[in-house]
Amino acid sequence: MSRHIISVLVENEAGALSRISGLFSARGYNIESLTVAPTEDASMSRMTIVTTGSEDVVEQITKQLNKLIEVVKVVDLSEAEHIERELMLIKVRAGQKEREDMKRMADIFRGRIIDVSDNTYTIELTGDGRKLDAFIQALDHGAIIETVRSGTSGIGRGNRVLRV
Amino acid sequence: MDRVKTSELSGAEIVVRCLQEEGVEYVFGYPGGAVLFIYDALFKQDKVRHVLVRHEQGAVHAADGYSRSSKKVGVCLVTSGPGVTNAVTGIATAYMDSIPLVVLTGQVPTHAIGLDAFQECDTVGITRPIVKHNMLVKDVADLASAIKKAFHIATTGRPGPVVVDIPKDVTAAVTEFQYPQAVAMRSYNPVRKGHAGQIRKAAQLLLEARRPMVYTGGGVVLSDASDQLRELVRQLGFPCTSTLMGLGAYPATDRQFLGMLGMHGTYEANMAMQHCDVLLAIGARFDDRVIGNPAHFAQNPRKIIHIDIDPSSISKRVKVDVPIVGNIPDVLDELLKLLKSDAGKPELKAWWAQIEDWRARDCLKYDRSSKIIKPQYVLEKLYEVTGGEAFVTSDVGQHQMWAAQFYKFDQPRRWINSGGLGTMGFGLPAAMGVQLANPGATVACVTGESSIQMCLQELSTCKQYRLPIKVINLNNRYMGMVRQWQQFFHGNRYSESYMDALPDFVKLAEGYGHRGVLVEKPADVEPALKDAFSRKGELVFLDFVTDQRENVYPMIPGGKGITEMILSEEL
Repeated sequence: MSRHIISVLVENEAGALSRISGLFSARGYNIESLTVAPTEDASMSRMTIVTTGSEDVVEQITKQLNKLIEVVKVVDLSEAEHIERELMLIKVRAGQKEREDMKRMADIFRGRIIDVSDNTYTIELTGDGRKLDAFIQALDHGAIIETVRSGTSGIGRGNRVLRV
Repeated sequence: MDRVKTSELSGAEIVVRCLQEEGVEYVFGYPGGAVLFIYDALFKQDKVRHVLVRHEQGAVHAADGYSRSSKKVGVCLVTSGPGVTNAVTGIATAYMDSIPLVVLTGQVPTHAIGLDAFQECDTVGITRPIVKHNMLVKDVADLASAIKKAFHIATTGRPGPVVVDIPKDVTAAVTEFQYPQAVAMRSYNPVRKGHAGQIRKAAQLLLEARRPMVYTGGGVVLSDASDQLRELVRQLGFPCTSTLMGLGAYPATDRQFLGMLGMHGTYEANMAMQHCDVLLAIGARFDDRVIGNPAHFAQNPRKIIHIDIDPSSISKRVKVDVPIVGNIPDVLDELLKLLKSDAGKPELKAWWAQIEDWRARDCLKYDRSSKIIKPQYVLEKLYEVTGGEAFVTSDVGQHQMWAAQFYKFDQPRRWINSGGLGTMGFGLPAAMGVQLANPGATVACVTGESSIQMCLQELSTCKQYRLPIKVINLNNRYMGMVRQWQQFFHGNRYSESYMDALPDFVKLAEGYGHRGVLVEKPADVEPALKDAFSRKGELVFLDFVTDQRENVYPMIPGGKGITEMILSEEL
């Protein structure tokens, strides 16, 4: 069992997303995260799916994805050098006592404070999943009010390109 | 000044024009509110004929049988809501067996979608996992291209059903009609030719084999590769077996054919499958009913070549050494070229001697002196009386397995059954489609007293369209296959498998305006069949009272290995 990041170019049509998520649930494949948004070509969306499975299962996943009529291209990014990033917005307690510490913590992780109130900060943090996990770990659990994560997006390094 | 543009058509008219453009002969369907405009458009023309079934499940099975027996696309038309949900079993059946269908479904008007309107259901959502593709057409301007796409997708690559969901207001709206000549899709371009290097590797392996085996499936039938398969198998002198879905692609009466393999396959086919050193799999998918337990199958080392149009069928349950993705006839043509140019032919005497030993077990033997009608005997006689030339549809259960074992199909597209989904109720409506596709041909529906009751209402359709199908009802008063499993694996506890309160099938057939005949003695089997098949214009329902205790042998219990067969009691 290993973690794979699968990138999918898909026709930007109604129902394409449910076709793909339906495939995963129908065949019992894992989804750790799934992100999707249109590309520079508005007729196409790009999806990043993080999944875990044996080599055989991941091979089946890519084949089954390719079989869907609206899927244009599928690539397993984790087969070669790639970059992955995830965005997290995290709202933390920041009263008079905690404000300084919290600011310093955000700086250490290269986070940005994007909203401030009398007793809260909202911090924006980007990185791979482990970095976001580490930030959460580093905070006092009671300090966290709310988190939202985008799920992983990925892209191949250098000349590795996924396009039509 | 307003002028009526003559080229403008309503959505409903466009639907019918598209079907005409595609050369559709028959639409199998059932009207309802959401498709009234389409039915009105059908009424105003006479090129596309409509067959009115009695239940939407029957419409899809009929279109399915039509397609399987004719190489053409089956077309259905059903209304929204319950029309669609009734069709679901039929669509799933076609999907599991890769049958090209275009299913047109009515939908509530676009402005009512999502508001729980009368007879509304999420058709695209409900059918999504059981179609090759589906689409909701929200704009009449997209209708013609959607239907063109549906036919294209259904028939190319690995075939399958495509659902086109059409809201009622779209069928009323008008637009200029233009039927696209071709379809170009960047996301869908099925391959045809196989990889040349892989085909060379395959040829090499085949020529070096000492214990080769050819294993064929429904893909050979669907891709019309029967001629190439015959040439290949004969040229190489290899033994050949087939799945339930592939029967007829290679002639069953030929000596090189070892019979069907799998759960109820022959001893020789299953043994050869396990002990071969090179396996050529063509258009088959190593499913659980074929090779049983994959770990057991892997115990014997062998090189596997797998030809299939669908990459996801390759190395799914069994690891393959030489995968070849492509259209089977194209790949076999290439393979044949290589094999012809090669003089060497493998020496197979020892292998054939071993196979003949296995064959001598005579695994399909049964008690021929029985005073009660044996189902196998009925099928043997059916084969004789029809000269092996009939189209045979079946339902699901013991009778299906016996038909597959005892009716020797020498031609493809003659054996029509629900292999993947195993849908009881398939046989009769499928036979209607077969008979319409092949007027004048002999069509038999082999069924049982339980299966036939699942789509019995279609006897009425048979009357309306004068379809002279011969129903071979093997009536053992049990859901026979359920009973057999309960006997073997559940301590003879026959939980709910007895069919009590059966109708009088003779009277029932007569009630629908057909001929019904009760056959209770072995001596009456052949005369009854002869009489029935001599009645060319009449549907005859033959109710054979058969042995309640008869089981299908050989049998591989679920989860067991392919050689772990239960042979008949007396063996």
